[in-house]
Amino acid sequence: MRTENTTGKTAISLFDAAHRGRTASFALVILLYAVLRAMQAGGGLSSLFTSLLVPVTCYIVAAIGLNLNVGVSGELNLGQAGFMSVGAFTAVCVSGRLAATLPVPALRLVIAIILGAAAAALFGFLIGIPVLKLQGDYLAIVTLAFGQIIKSLITNMYLGFDANGFQFSFVENKCKLEPGGKMLLNGPMGATGTERIATFTAGTVLIIAALFIVYNLIYSKSGRAIMAARDNRIAAELTGINISSTKMLSFVVSAGLAGSAGALYGLNYSTLVPNKFDFNTSILILVYVVLGGLGNMTGTIISTIVLVLLPELLRSLQDYRMLIYAVVLIMIMLLTNNEKVKTFFKTVRSRFVKTAAAGGKEAA
Amino acid sequence: MSGEKKLLLDVQGVGIDFGGLTAVQNLNLKVYEGEIVGLIGPNGAGKTTVFNMLTKVYQPSRGKIIFDGMDLEKKNIVETNRAGIARTFQNIRLFSGLSVLDNVMTGYHNSITYSPFAAVLRTPAFRRQERETEAKAKELLKIMELDQVMNVTAGNLPYGAQRRLEIARALATGPKLLLLDEPAAGMNPQETEELMRMIRLIRDSFGVSILLIEHDMKLVMGICERITVLNYGMRLAQGTPEEIQANPEVIKAYLGD
Repeated sequence: MRTENTTGKTAISLFDAAHRGRTASFALVILLYAVLRAMQAGGGLSSLFTSLLVPVTCYIVAAIGLNLNVGVSGELNLGQAGFMSVGAFTAVCVSGRLAATLPVPALRLVIAIILGAAAAALFGFLIGIPVLKLQGDYLAIVTLAFGQIIKSLITNMYLGFDANGFQFSFVENKCKLEPGGKMLLNGPMGATGTERIATFTAGTVLIIAALFIVYNLIYSKSGRAIMAARDNRIAAELTGINISSTKMLSFVVSAGLAGSAGALYGLNYSTLVPNKFDFNTSILILVYVVLGGLGNMTGTIISTIVLVLLPELLRSLQDYRMLIYAVVLIMIMLLTNNEKVKTFFKTVRSRFVKTAAAGGKEAA
Repeated sequence: MSGEKKLLLDVQGVGIDFGGLTAVQNLNLKVYEGEIVGLIGPNGAGKTTVFNMLTKVYQPSRGKIIFDGMDLEKKNIVETNRAGIARTFQNIRLFSGLSVLDNVMTGYHNSITYSPFAAVLRTPAFRRQERETEAKAKELLKIMELDQVMNVTAGNLPYGAQRRLEIARALATGPKLLLLDEPAAGMNPQETEELMRMIRLIRDSFGVSILLIEHDMKLVMGICERITVLNYGMRLAQGTPEEIQANPEVIKAYLGD
């Protein structure tokens, strides 16, 4: 029954363990940012890679959010792309509207991301009200439907503004703008002529903010309640935890993060079509999360980077690229579930941790 | 004795039907403040069902449950806990992915007042409350002799320790009434002895009343001040351990004709 923690310094070690994952995530993000920036400055980054920097940060943020929902809270969410879509088109409209009045792009970007996140979080809240009271896989079904509905809605939306204010129409474009006016949403064409104000630095800051929010939430009363509700619903209720509001919190935060990711994504392209955020995108983000490890944020970051880059790197193989992508996916899943590989990593890690602990003692 | 004490739990004619099957019929049961009361009976007598009704996992079909002067009829599971009832489970229900310490800290959920925003921003209020809760949880773990394993994942604990952890988590919610569902199940005689000492200690130091279901007669007769016997969902007998041991009806229910 006794463990190695008999030395009386048990007090900190829980937080040590907690902080290890957290420190690793932050360190990884900052390190990658520094390296990529250095490469970019030295001209060592191809234009393809450079064009992928911002999208990767977007997918990482959306995946971190989804991991809170799927990994930590244990609910299946198949509509993360839908929330990204809400965030993206909100941000594009906000930025387009403010372009003339607010010339500072960075400020406009921040406002657009915050409003995009808020809009997606609001949608998450509205969906969550009926669904999170139920037990079972209803959330998966409803979020899947939500993703499709949002896509169809935005495909049929026309929004423009001129000196007289906003004009909106549905299904058919009935906006009659005065000269100087601008269409923000163009139905199936989506948003066009967006000023590209998203930057890699903004994406990195957004990842750090997402990690900050998710980790601080996990290591708090709310995080304990979320995990308690996941592990044992009845026991959690009898411990005085309101399950629906607990699940709502993780769902809304997850949706909000997806919204902020979508906002950044939308502002990275001059043209954005609603079809970009379809069911496949939701599944892709879910794959990033599952492959990175449920509840493992560092793993999510790594798997997202690998899986976004992989299809691009395989582009020269043309028709075979999705085939190889699938094979690699299956290989990764088999390998990371292999007992031998797991024990190998465990021994490496324990050796590393022991050495670190010994080093710490000597230093003290 | 009990006449001077305050009535904490008053179960009046409570019963429940599942379809056409009556699981519990017209049960009357009283628990006074500071008492340890036993609920015994053969398998399938409806003991755990009584616990499930008291905690509102099941809604009783009839009867009234008055707890601490409050009618529990309109309360849901979460509210019964907030009213002051905590329980353990026959088949252990821990938060198996959380550490032992986090399981107990989860028990303090409702005594922590900071908002999720405060948690994200790591405000001073958050830090102070987390520190205080951690200290309280550690003290509780010490009493339950789990302080050596507080960083172990709860699902990896040995069986006896899991049972103690469930009690610790229940106590963390600050109950007035603690329901223990077969706390000694799967324990050896020595562990059971230790458990009896612990149950008395809990009653004395936390001032809770305890209602327990148990098949280990040594434990029941050793620590319960009053015992209610259930059979086929009905109350068969009620009294002190001596009275119950001498009751021919009870002996017949347990041993058969």
